[in-house]
Amino acid sequence: MRQYAGFGSPEETHERFAYLLGQGQGGLLVAFDLPTQLGYDSDDPRAKGEVGVVGVAVDSLRDMETIFGGLPLEQASPSLTMNSAATVALAMYLAVAEQEGVPAARISGTTQNDILKEFIARGTYIFPPRPSMRLTVDLIEYCTTNLPRWNAMNICGYHVREAGSTLVQEVAFALANAITYIEACLERGLEIDAFAPRLAFNFSSSCNLFQEAAKFRAARRLWARLLRERFGAKEPASWMWRAGAGSSGSTLTAQQPENNIVRVALQALAGILGGVQSFHTAAYDEALALPSEHSALVALRTQQVLAYESGAAEVVDPLGGSYYVESLTDQIEQEVNRYIARIEAEGGMLKAIEEGRAQAEVAQSAYNYQTQIDSGERTVVGVNRFQDQNDPAIELHRPRPEIAEAQIAGLRALRRDRDNAAVSRALAALENEAKGSGNLMYPTLEAVRAYATIGEICNVLRGVFGEYQAASY
Amino acid sequence: MTDLRKSPIRVLVAKPGLDGHDRGAKVLAHAMREAGMEVIYTGLRQTPEMIVNVALQEDVDVICVSVLSGAHNILFAEIMAGMRAQAADGIPVLGGGVIPDQDIALLKELGVREIFTPGASLTAITSYIEDLVPA
Repeated sequence: MRQYAGFGSPEETHERFAYLLGQGQGGLLVAFDLPTQLGYDSDDPRAKGEVGVVGVAVDSLRDMETIFGGLPLEQASPSLTMNSAATVALAMYLAVAEQEGVPAARISGTTQNDILKEFIARGTYIFPPRPSMRLTVDLIEYCTTNLPRWNAMNICGYHVREAGSTLVQEVAFALANAITYIEACLERGLEIDAFAPRLAFNFSSSCNLFQEAAKFRAARRLWARLLRERFGAKEPASWMWRAGAGSSGSTLTAQQPENNIVRVALQALAGILGGVQSFHTAAYDEALALPSEHSALVALRTQQVLAYESGAAEVVDPLGGSYYVESLTDQIEQEVNRYIARIEAEGGMLKAIEEGRAQAEVAQSAYNYQTQIDSGERTVVGVNRFQDQNDPAIELHRPRPEIAEAQIAGLRALRRDRDNAAVSRALAALENEAKGSGNLMYPTLEAVRAYATIGEICNVLRGVFGEYQAASY
Repeated sequence: MTDLRKSPIRVLVAKPGLDGHDRGAKVLAHAMREAGMEVIYTGLRQTPEMIVNVALQEDVDVICVSVLSGAHNILFAEIMAGMRAQAADGIPVLGGGVIPDQDIALLKELGVREIFTPGASLTAITSYIEDLVPA
């Protein structure tokens, strides 16, 4: 039971995490606000209106200290939802762990660090694909050398599906991205069994119970075969499929929002039946606003009913042997293999992204899906059938502008108080390394320790790598 | 409708702010093209200023703005202010995305012509635009 949540200010995030850890919950999911995810400081003009909205704002090590300082970090095992600036977020967390005296060998947690799906679907890219791949592999290499308990990457089919892909495309793009990462790591000189056990997946789950369960089963087989047969892994841990899933936000409706509670329950059940290790249930008001306290609680209770009352989680692979689910699983596996073969025949995933083909294929599927709803070919209860004009008013989460004001005041104080000569030296060293070919985790750590901000660090890298401009549509 | 027009309706589909959720924007752009309109899609992370400038340069009939990050109140206010500053407030602005009812009223006071929330059909949006833009 992992719930994704952002809590505006670093102070509130700290309090929430202290409470959750006190209740015995580990595996804290950290949602960052969009400026942080995109490497902008809170006072950047582009951050206006977005500071502390979809997650917590982290400008410098000081904010990370506020969030995690004094907490039992070995138990916290945070999942940092960062991609294009994942190296910066990890460096900040490591610097806090150092201050707290946690030995590197005992630091655990996860970085999402799946940049390719950002180009295909989620959109929080900064640099062009190839330098982005370098940062991704730098992070994996650093973890392989220094952090045996850190999960270096969470490969996401989820966002591809939410951007409108089919179920087959979701698995195919996630695995084709995984292949691209694995090949880049091998090229860097890493051994497959040294890093493969640190890769995990995140998928979406829609309401079609049997198709989704079959998808998870097919993905498990595909991953195992890929690692054993294609990459010659020797350790079972390398081909073991570790996956979380989340309820498909795009299937949740603004109309009759309480119906979404039922949808989310079905989606989570599909995840359990398909054997995912963790599930994130969405809040029923997801199509209307960010979750309110009440809707977030209902989402958690849904998981608890499934876990403790349904009995669905008591047995491994309960659908195994069902003629329908087995044939669906075989069919999905074959279609995914054909899709990946085509991507590779056309030059691989990086090329498909650079040429905008992957993005266009997903956009076409999204359009097809919407026209099916508009024509009535696909039923969405409360939207194109069984409508009700009297949708109940529900209590909604409201953004709070005072979070941005406090964040910007703190940032200005930091820029005044820190040793700015040390910051300049650290940023210059980072720039030098970026122009060369060394692992950028090391100079990033130095810059973070000197209290360089995420905007300053990313601006140095923007200067060297340039910024990605999406192919026009 | 469209064949009665001398020239196709020109639409700017814009994504202001930092959010990367452009599924809706792309699906809508596709549907508008199917309906015979000429569509310019800005891509992600455009500032309000950039959006107003593109609208003027491209001489569009309608601007459709999509926001799913929760930053809609600030972003729409800046776009509408930019339109007035450039004396371009004759171009109707439509909005779409995850926008709560109470904010819809506020955005309409700012001059946003209509807001389409998740579940709106593509034909509802394209027909609205065809009715909005004189032939």
